[in-house]
This record gives sequence, structure tokens and C-alpha cells, in this order.
Amino acid sequence: MKNNNLYKYILSIADNTLILGQRLGELCGHGPSLETDIACTNISLDMLGQARNYYQYAAKVKGGNTTEDDIAFLRKEHEYLNVLLVEQPNTDFGYIMARQFLFDVYHLLFLQELQKSKDQTLSAISNKAIKEVSYHYRFSSDWIKRLGDGTKESHQRTQNAVDDLWTYTDELFHQTETDKAMINDGIGVDTLKFKSEYYERANKVLEEATLEIPESRYFQKGGKQGMHTEHLGHLLSDLQYIQRAYPNMKW
Amino acid sequence: MSELKNISSLDSLPLGEMSDRTEWVIDKNLIPILNQVLDPEIPVLTILDMGVVRSAIIKDDEVIVKITPTYSGCPAMDVIGEDIIIAFKNEGYNAKVELVLSPAWTTDWITEKGRRSLEGYGIAPPLDAIADKEVLLGGKKLVKCTNCGSTNTKLVSQFGSTACKALFKCSDCQEPFDYFKCL
Repeated sequence: MKNNNLYKYILSIADNTLILGQRLGELCGHGPSLETDIACTNISLDMLGQARNYYQYAAKVKGGNTTEDDIAFLRKEHEYLNVLLVEQPNTDFGYIMARQFLFDVYHLLFLQELQKSKDQTLSAISNKAIKEVSYHYRFSSDWIKRLGDGTKESHQRTQNAVDDLWTYTDELFHQTETDKAMINDGIGVDTLKFKSEYYERANKVLEEATLEIPESRYFQKGGKQGMHTEHLGHLLSDLQYIQRAYPNMKW
Repeated sequence: MSELKNISSLDSLPLGEMSDRTEWVIDKNLIPILNQVLDPEIPVLTILDMGVVRSAIIKDDEVIVKITPTYSGCPAMDVIGEDIIIAFKNEGYNAKVELVLSPAWTTDWITEKGRRSLEGYGIAPPLDAIADKEVLLGGKKLVKCTNCGSTNTKLVSQFGSTACKALFKCSDCQEPFDYFKCL
């Protein structure tokens, strides 16, 4: 494919929003309270909407008869290029909010830069998405503060979640060959430019939340190359079920 | 996922083409037909009141309508696209609907009439961006209760029954109501 790099680059952005959107969607009817349930599924809807915009574009770049549905539903696990952070499972609400917060801080900074992309479509999608993501960030950072600076129990659980998930934050800034090629073309975002700002922003909220900033220097990566944690396969079996069981089924 | 393709054929990309405001032309003859199409989630608002119609022109016997989504994942866009096609068909036109993402929709595009309709329907219209922030983040009491008019109201949840709304409650009359978030 002529535009293979662009295609893969779009997927790496889209898959983050699809997979995190699916995780949040799993909470529909299972949130800890009505308001948080509705909020998480609202955020999920935004992310799936963004994923659709990216996949429609990816389908166009790939050409032929490829549709957004083929890309979203019919790839194998190792063909998904999302970061490991977003596929981590829903455990307790502290964990869900910590995962969301650590992604939202990145997502905002990323979209800010993507708006400047030479690629008109990516720039347009990010221009739209960034407004939605600022609401997500407000929501997750508020909850980090409330839970961290809440009861002893909520503080401990949120601290555990941040400690666990911290190991996936470095991957957000890992650049694959595709990323580098796209940065060179003025299409991709040079994530290293805002790496220190990411940690500054995250640390500031964690401090406000009376949480400790993890000192761990051990980081895990691989998602962007299709090497995932054991959780993604299970998520996909749910996500892809209808299309696998009833191929080409439409609403 | 496949529904939207019918209305927003991929030919409409790149999505950035509408950045020039001079292209936002709505043919006067088409306005009465566009006014028949309502937002399926908020049926007191026409799509023109919502400000989601970017352009509507007749070209080679075909009506081309460009709409912009309020939120990326707004499920109402599929329905709106289909409703536009039906409304024009009823008037004897073939219509094609395209989706444009840029410039991104903002609540500033809701018309004055639209804002009044929202309020009458029980949804508090969006404040300006600064006031909106003060309400959602600073807990200021600026949003007017749609039931009794008091501004002694409080935010219950930043996210409401649809992506575009937050949930509020009036501390005077105790009624819960929706607030249309600034975007």
C-alpha cells in the first residue's frame, strides 16, 4: 500500500479511542452510581465517535472495498496498535478513573499538536475531538482529587491504581518507525515534545489529590507494535462477537 | 457503524474543506424544507436552530446539504441525515448529505430562537464560555432553573442524558433539569 505509514498511524490513534471507548462502554449499567455510569458511557460515546472518524479516513486511505467496520471489527489482536494503558481491565472505580486520567492528560496534549498536522483530515478530527476531551479531563481529574483526598479506603485504592498503571505511561511517548516517518512528513505528532509537560501536569493533580507520585522506573510497552497484555484478547472477543458469529451483519 | 456511510459518503472527506466561511451558503428556497427537520433528541429544535447545517445548495437537480456533528459520537447525526433526505424527497428533491467536521461545531451557533426553544423545553441554554467554566468547575450559581427561574441551582453531574448536556438541580423548587453544555 502506498500510504502504509499513514494508514498505520491513523490506526494507532484510532485504536486508543476504540479500545478505551469499549472499556468504558462495559460500564453501561454497571457504574458505581447513576451519574458516574452515565458519565463513563458518555465519554465512551465520544471516544467511539472519534474512532469512527479516524476509521472512515483509514478506510479511504487503504482504498478498495475496505470499510470502517472491517477495520474496527475484523482485525486480529496483534493488528491493533493501541497503547497498553487503554486495554487494562475495569476493576474498581479508582482504577477506572486513574486509567482515564493518565490517558486524558496525554490525549489533550496529543490532540493539541495533531491540530497542527499537515494532514487536513487529522487536523479536522482533532479540532473536534479536543473540545470533547477537555470535558473528559475535567471529569477524570476531578475524580482523582476526590478519591485521592477522600476516605482512607478511596485514597489507598486510587494510590494502588496509579502505582499499577504508571508502568504504562512511558509507552505513550514511545515512537515507532511509523511515528518517526509521520513526524518527518509533518503529519505525525512529536510526542517527545510534551513528555515533560505530561508528567508535570499529571504530578500536579496527583499532588493535589494527596497521592504519591510513583518512583518506579520500570515501564512496559509493546501495544504500538501489536504486542498486547492478556486483557486485549478478551476485550476483542466481546467487541467482535457479532461480526465473527454473523459475518457482515448490519443493524 | 455502517449507517453513517449512507449519509456521509466517504467522498465528503477531507473534512477540512469548510474552513472558509464564505462557503456556508444556504439556499433561501430550501430553508422551509430544512425547517421541517427536527433534532431527534430535542424535538423542539430545528436543525437550523441547532446550527448544524453548514450549507444547502441545489446543483445539477440535486440538493447537497452539508451538516456538522455536535459531538463526534452523536447518534442523532445518522437520524438527522436520513430525515433530511426524506424531507427533501417529500418535496420532490433528491438530496445528498455530507458530513463536515471542520470548523468544529460550537454552541455559539445555536440561534436565539433555538435558545428560547431550549429553555421552553426545560433545557437551560448554554452560557458563554467563561461563565460555563465558572459553573462547571467553580460551582458558581449562574444557570437559571427552567422551572422557576431561580439561579440558586447546583450541578449534579457534568454528564447528562445525552453527550451535550449536564444535569442540574434547583435548590429552590427542587426540580432537576438539563443544562446544555458550552462546547
